[in-house]
Amino acid sequence: MSADNLKTDTPNDVEPGDSVRPGHPVQVSRYTLPARINHWITALSLVLLALSGMALFTPKLFFLTGLFGGGQWTRVLHPWIGVVLFFSFAGLFLRFWRANLPAREDGTWLARISDVLRGREERLPEIGKYNAGQKFVFWGMSGLIIVLIASGIAMWDQYFYAFTTIEQKRVAVLVHAVAAVCIICVWIIHVYAAIWVKGTIGAMTRGKVTGGWAWRHHRKWLRELVGKPRRPVPRPGTPAE
Amino acid sequence: MFPPIPNPSVASDAATPRFGEKDVMRRSASEVTPPAQRLTEVAKLIDVSKCIGCKACQAACLEWNNLTEEIGFNHGTYTNPMDLTPDTFTLMRFTEWVNPETENLEWLIRKDGCMHCEDPGCLKACPAPGAIVQYSNGIVDFQHDNCIGCGYCIKGCPFNIPRISKVDHTAYKCTLCSDRVAVGQGPACQKACPTQAIVFGTKDEMKDWAELRITDLKSRGFENAGLYDPPGVGGTHVMYVLHHADTPSIYAGLPDNPRISPLVDAWKGMTKYVGLAVMGFAAAAGFLHYVVAGPNKVSEEDEENAERLADGTPPPAPPAGLHEGRTP
Repeated sequence: MSADNLKTDTPNDVEPGDSVRPGHPVQVSRYTLPARINHWITALSLVLLALSGMALFTPKLFFLTGLFGGGQWTRVLHPWIGVVLFFSFAGLFLRFWRANLPAREDGTWLARISDVLRGREERLPEIGKYNAGQKFVFWGMSGLIIVLIASGIAMWDQYFYAFTTIEQKRVAVLVHAVAAVCIICVWIIHVYAAIWVKGTIGAMTRGKVTGGWAWRHHRKWLRELVGKPRRPVPRPGTPAE
Repeated sequence: MFPPIPNPSVASDAATPRFGEKDVMRRSASEVTPPAQRLTEVAKLIDVSKCIGCKACQAACLEWNNLTEEIGFNHGTYTNPMDLTPDTFTLMRFTEWVNPETENLEWLIRKDGCMHCEDPGCLKACPAPGAIVQYSNGIVDFQHDNCIGCGYCIKGCPFNIPRISKVDHTAYKCTLCSDRVAVGQGPACQKACPTQAIVFGTKDEMKDWAELRITDLKSRGFENAGLYDPPGVGGTHVMYVLHHADTPSIYAGLPDNPRISPLVDAWKGMTKYVGLAVMGFAAAAGFLHYVVAGPNKVSEEDEENAERLADGTPPPAPPAGLHEGRTP
């Protein structure tokens, strides 16, 4: 067993590219450039999908089709943007899923959600790279995107009309609408949390957060990073545990 | 015999449409003030018992609407093409049915096409303002300039009628020859029918005429003869006289009790309002939270602790009892 394994419950918490640079203040690399590009492609797709989807969801917002070149173009583009989002998010999923696996402290975090909302983080357990709220956003997005792509294909009449019955299409449009409402709510939580917790947005723009930010919100991850060897050492064999 | 609709007048004002935009009772994805006075409701009555399956109506429909159907294949049935298409607004569907009571083979021929529902599912499902309109005389018409080709009408329709064209990506279906009706003519199919199996007039006239036909059919032993004017969709402006009105589905799957699917109702009703409310609530909750709780800021102390940790000076230990994991 490597020394690294001794230190944490979840050795997968530290992702490739995460590192600490001592200084004043301490700089912590949280997201690599490819991860950030991947994130922003996904984000742009999701926003465009929400706008075009809402245009077709309620007549009050039909005017939003103007952003896409009219109703016909909105109908054409929406599913294709969905395909972009699906593959782009798949990239994020592969990058982030390990660090989003449930950890023991998630239960405590959730049980003390009122302290979370009051910003009393000194009363919370030390958190790895992601807290339970971020994990909820991650898995919520993952699940909903699967539901949305599946129901979306069932209602993508231009190419897939023949593959489903009309009754199945009716189920699909209803499921698609409900899932879209859910994912927009998850998105609101995600964006709000990034705005509320100061110093977070830099993680997705410049890829870095300050040491204080990591200390305050993701102390367990920070400790793991500090204890991490400078260069990743290949693990000796497969641990037998 | 039902008195035929006279040939068009050649008077110069005869071509002035008698209904139009001002008579729109419902408009998809829009709120409209219904016209103060409703036009007399019209209806097409299709007497299945009088149909000889000649397809003159199908040909007349193609001709009047200037449509050309692809040359197809013989699939071993008279039904041709095999389904409604963007070019085939009306289709004769042939069913060979063995009457279980008499063990006679009955050849059921039904002219399929838009039923012009009083409560149109297509219009309810349509997201594009003005792509589907319902005139106060009962005609439900698609306005192709406004159609975006999404196919929601297909999901809304209880009769599986609209079809999306692969050419211009808009939805097509029977117009009840709204252009002909507007100038006092009957639909092309009705005009072409050699046996008066298709008649056209006001909805009341058609119901009365159907009554006579049903009495006649009953006197000939078709005791279940009846009118198909399904109440589930508020009645239709295309009605059938069926010799077996107790089982409409034997006529090539004519729905026994059509209604707008509850799924469509839920999608266009509850989901829309609750969905918008939930999203609005989420955004408002975020805003309120920010106002009440204020931003979650990193303190100077946090930065100092991080610096100590990074320098190797032991920073404060995690609070006891909160962190169950092992630490170095």
